Amino acid sequence: MRDILSGNEAIARGAWEAGVRFAAAYPGTPSTEILEAMPQYEGDIYSEWSPNEKVAFEVALGASLAGARALVAMKHVGVNVAADPLFTASYTGVKGGFVLVSADDPSLHSSQNEQDNRNYARFAKVPLLEPADSQEAKDFVGLACELSERYDTPVILRTTTRISHSKSIVELGERAALDPLIGVERDIAKYVMVPSNATKKHPLVEQRLRLLAELAEEMPQNRIEPGDRGIGIVAAGVAYMYAREAFPAASFLKLGMAYPLPAGMIRRFRAMVDRLYVVEELDPFLEEQIRLMGVRVDGGKEAVPLIGELDPGIVARALSGVGAPGATAELLAPVGDPVPGLPGRPPTLCPGCSHRGVFIALRKLKVFVSGDIGCYTLGALEPFKAMHTCICMGASIGGAHGMEKVTERDGVLKNRAVAVIGDSTFFHSGITALLDVAWNRSDTVTVILDNRITAMTGGQQTPGAGKTLGGLESPPVDIPRLCEALGIERVRTVDPGDIAAVEAALREEIAADGPSVIIAPSRCALVYRLRGEAWHVDPELCTGCKVCLKAGCGGLMLVEDEEGASVEIVPSQCTGCGVCAQLCKQGAILAPAIEEAIA
Amino acid sequence: MAVPSDGPRATAAGAPAPVERPTNLVISGVGGQGVILASFVLSQAAMADGLDVKQSEVHGMSQRGGSVTSHLRFGPKVWAALITPGTADVLVAFEALEAARYLHWLRPGGVVVFNTLAINPSPVAAGAAAYPRGLAAQIEARCPGARAIDAARLAAAAGEPRATNMAMLGAASAVLPLDATTLEAVIERVVPPKTVAANLRAFHLGREG
Repeated sequence: MRDILSGNEAIARGAWEAGVRFAAAYPGTPSTEILEAMPQYEGDIYSEWSPNEKVAFEVALGASLAGARALVAMKHVGVNVAADPLFTASYTGVKGGFVLVSADDPSLHSSQNEQDNRNYARFAKVPLLEPADSQEAKDFVGLACELSERYDTPVILRTTTRISHSKSIVELGERAALDPLIGVERDIAKYVMVPSNATKKHPLVEQRLRLLAELAEEMPQNRIEPGDRGIGIVAAGVAYMYAREAFPAASFLKLGMAYPLPAGMIRRFRAMVDRLYVVEELDPFLEEQIRLMGVRVDGGKEAVPLIGELDPGIVARALSGVGAPGATAELLAPVGDPVPGLPGRPPTLCPGCSHRGVFIALRKLKVFVSGDIGCYTLGALEPFKAMHTCICMGASIGGAHGMEKVTERDGVLKNRAVAVIGDSTFFHSGITALLDVAWNRSDTVTVILDNRITAMTGGQQTPGAGKTLGGLESPPVDIPRLCEALGIERVRTVDPGDIAAVEAALREEIAADGPSVIIAPSRCALVYRLRGEAWHVDPELCTGCKVCLKAGCGGLMLVEDEEGASVEIVPSQCTGCGVCAQLCKQGAILAPAIEEAIA
Repeated sequence: MAVPSDGPRATAAGAPAPVERPTNLVISGVGGQGVILASFVLSQAAMADGLDVKQSEVHGMSQRGGSVTSHLRFGPKVWAALITPGTADVLVAFEALEAARYLHWLRPGGVVVFNTLAINPSPVAAGAAAYPRGLAAQIEARCPGARAIDAARLAAAAGEPRATNMAMLGAASAVLPLDATTLEAVIERVVPPKTVAANLRAFHLGREG
């Protein structure tokens, strides 16, 4: 049976077919849909959202040590969070096959950096598989499980956005027959990484890499595809597909395992072809290792861009520029310019979004906003421009604490830092930073935007949502009590839809001594489908002053004609939150009930 | 303009395409307009027609009023899922500004099928930018043979105002080498059962232009 699957759906299917019993993740674009696809295999695979990637890695490793095949998925920067257990799991090894899916995001479609996680394989000394389409994405999960068990190692399955989010035809298989689980074995020398044990493990890790490099010479996933002997291209993952498209007649060395590399096969390939090129996105990961083997490379990163994702045209032009023959002519043709002067269509906070009122208040106070990662990062854009840092998950609170510690309190609001963090990000890694604030006593004000969901990635359950990935009821975290338990004495909640109340709460807490937390409880308008009756602009009262447009809401539309400017509400967009009405000095924006009362 | 699926493989403009080269289709629009569903229907139809198919889109910001694009390629063998600018055979745009934004993706002689609908992007709604005037004429000047579709009118005529994406799909199908019967079968499978008839009517009205 065949189906069209995204790379992420194919990985979930591959896990099921490979007999994986346990899967965990923290949502992150472009990896999110892997775990979202898991509940369909309920009964065969236990799956969960974990509070962060480090925990997800650890719970999956625990399942592996108990003998189950386990998969953990995350976006590239998630691996930074999970790096600590990764590096030592490389020493302990595994029991059931253990697969770490790292979904990288070249071109930063939805990320804060463009790191190349193939480097983690070399750094942690574990093998890395790189699928080039959905079929391989599915098949490589099974291969990763086998390698993991055979070589006693975690295996990284690395995708990129264009593998995770591209769809192609996949031949589906059945679930593998499973051996019964025999439970956790006690093996202190293997699993307790104190220096005396770990010292003995390191040589085994090095030996494992040598054995894997030998396997790399023979595994069918690494293969020479002979073609025109004038040009040979080494590539893996999506870059292989672009290169095939760009140079259809060339000879290829297609690598399914991008680490460790098959040195013998690479030398054989070099001897076969006149000119050798390495095509890869981001870092010269393959190229540097190939050059270190003493193998001549006729074109790599001096031609192929180091930054951003590639496409067939970029590959065709890059290699043609350094003398590679045989590029597809169509890809070299000059491309017309984009139509000039078109307005962009950037993402915005949704109509009805509960973050809007908070950012309007923050903008008014002109405080320094130590920001974080989520939908509310859009608060850094027009018309708010009320977020001044965004580093990584959870960094807002620690950042504000550090700023507060070195800043004189001179009573000037613009010299004060306020941390702004979403609920899911707070659970992910804000709690420990708030503990620092409470423990080391700064005057930091932390605003927790609690919309009861991981919104940016499309609406995944959080520990505060009251439900698990599989839809089971679960007690929602009591954020106020949690903050109090950490040692924050000033904890209050405020309605984020009431701009004046938010402003008053901020002013009061900023003026107060000691740390405080302001919780803005709400529901994500998009995920929870909040839908009230649309409001209405009274054209008699509207002066066209445009102040309401500073709410940055897609439900408001400026209409300009001969008679001047006015604002209208788009009924299909408006959710009736009423935030824009609080900005209108003319009282021209009316709730449906008010309108009726006047009529 | 329709290319029979059992006839010689020809491009939308009628010129013969290189034998092995897949058909390259870019679909653009605004989050929530059904770009992804339309891509799904076309992909499934291509597979049912016995072709290889690859499709790529970028998730993330689409639900928040951002622009959405999907690349779809089908043919005897497809390597890359991404379409290089200047090589698309057909651009199907669910909104006029999103048609103009991706015109340079078309190859010389490529065809654009666009919805005449205008949806203000946030800078326009906020008064920070103007929605370009005369877009349809600009599009037609740059791409002779452009097909302007009033998808809202066709969907309303079909009795299902939300079926604008099916009207656009119908209009696209008229210039794509895919079997119309296969497409209808996929639509029947993916839309809510009660709306099948209206969605198919919208598809046909779009196909007839």
